[in-house]
Amino acid sequence: MKIITCIKQVPDSEAKVTAQDGQVSWGESPLVINPFDEYAVEAALQQKDNGDATVTALCIGPESAKEALKHALAMGADEAILVSDPALENLDSQGAARVLAAAIQKIGDGRLVIFGRQTLDNGAGVTAAQTARVLGWPLLSFTGKIELGGESVKVERVIEEGRQTVSAQLPAVMSVIQNIGEPRYPSFMGIRKASKATIPVWTLADLGIAAPPTVVHRRELMNPPTRSAQCEIITGDSPEAIAETLVEKILAEKVL
Amino acid sequence: MKTCVYIDHFQGEAVQASWEALGAAREFGETAAIVLGSGMDGLVKAAFEFGADEVLVVDDASLADFRPETYASTLSAILADASPALVLLPGTSRTREVAAMSAMDLNSGVLTDATGLELDGDSVIATRPIYEGKLFEKTVCAAQPQFVTLRARAFARPTPQAGRGGSVKNYPVAGQALTTVEGYAASESGVSLADAGVIVSGGRGVSNNPSLGLDEAATARKGFELIGELAGVLGGAVGASRAVVDAGYIPYAHQVGQTGKVVSPDLYIAAGISGAIQHIVGIRSAKLVVAINKDAEAPIFQAARYGVVGDLFTFIPALTAAFKKKLGK
Repeated sequence: MKIITCIKQVPDSEAKVTAQDGQVSWGESPLVINPFDEYAVEAALQQKDNGDATVTALCIGPESAKEALKHALAMGADEAILVSDPALENLDSQGAARVLAAAIQKIGDGRLVIFGRQTLDNGAGVTAAQTARVLGWPLLSFTGKIELGGESVKVERVIEEGRQTVSAQLPAVMSVIQNIGEPRYPSFMGIRKASKATIPVWTLADLGIAAPPTVVHRRELMNPPTRSAQCEIITGDSPEAIAETLVEKILAEKVL
Repeated sequence: MKTCVYIDHFQGEAVQASWEALGAAREFGETAAIVLGSGMDGLVKAAFEFGADEVLVVDDASLADFRPETYASTLSAILADASPALVLLPGTSRTREVAAMSAMDLNSGVLTDATGLELDGDSVIATRPIYEGKLFEKTVCAAQPQFVTLRARAFARPTPQAGRGGSVKNYPVAGQALTTVEGYAASESGVSLADAGVIVSGGRGVSNNPSLGLDEAATARKGFELIGELAGVLGGAVGASRAVVDAGYIPYAHQVGQTGKVVSPDLYIAAGISGAIQHIVGIRSAKLVVAINKDAEAPIFQAARYGVVGDLFTFIPALTAAFKKKLGK
């Protein structure tokens, strides 16, 4: 069974990200595989551990995004494919879904497509649903546990109100959450294998599609408002005295 | 500008942020609420009371379980008929899917997690956090209808007017469900961090306190008991940092931060949380942050308005007692 994981490259979550002249800047911080997507790779590799599956990592991005794909290969993915085209520079999530769906069709016989629940950069968390919509495949989002049958899959989803067990026929698209389990570290052998791997690069022409239209546009980029007030440390002779002062301060803020 | 508001619910129980979305929509004029599900009479009535001029309804047994494919197809069919300029949805796990899919059906786009909206001609500009809240963007959707999901508690909830009514229009179900819901278990805690006005959270300091002479698990149980009592007095929810969730001391549903829930309470009390950047970004839109930590150098104090340097095991009970006294409980 072929499993495809869709990943993205983003600035490290420790990076100090700022708006500079209308552009996003992450200074000297490295670009890494989106941390939520590591769970997607882990979920796919767990299925590979359990049986007869191959794992393909798929990414849209510039040439440098091959590093994120190499991370997936080092974790244990069998192959990696980069979709890269200058026409994709202003891709929105709707466009990304159309491009990913075309790439998934070209890869062929994928039975399960796994996404992380969202990316750290845009964070909209809609691409899995939109890709499923383009493919016409069922969507199983916020999945924490996967049980693959022959032609079907049953998952446990975690939503605001609790846990749901949901099943669907394959092929299917899913997004996974942390309950899947901690992503494995790349092994030494894995890293060596990944460093030697050739990663094919597909253009829009290879996919046989035109650049999808961009409907979502950024008008302005802003740094968050800075907290004006400094932290006031409340002191006192006893925990009770401190508590009393703190309660008065909190009530004076009129937030309750 | 004609606006439709999608009323999100779980098994007939409205998500409160749906009413916040109705309130936001009314700022732009004529507002139709969209209610999809089974046994929806109560929600239709509530939609009018919260300000809908018209309610567009699909009430059908096949919609008893939320399944994104049919809900999205049904929504798309309604929108094709009603042709609004804007669709507002409360931001939940369900609306992310429905908005995402319906936007594809109608060759439009979706702006998620908006914390602000402004009118610009016949379109809206949405302000939304990106890069884990480290940045904000103002963004527009060039096609119509524009789909915008709203962050819970970012918009005011209107006061309902009892007995208010209007016209109801019924539509049929569209599309084919592709999944089967086989079972459901309510979350053990009933915790809804997104809707909470007050959140009291515990971190590593809750489990790591050798002075109590207990093992970590027992310490954490005791610590979260104290935190729960404080949250109870304030009518709030219990949150947690990733460290204590990973250690298994409290379920994932409680986790606040980049890998858990991004929250916007009026009051956030962080107890024994050091304040890793991933936690801080999850509480950026809290109105007032109070930090309690033994370590005066903990970064959480930089994100807080008020701080107490001390042991939460002695301070939280004192704080609970002080609130009880002041609030007359």
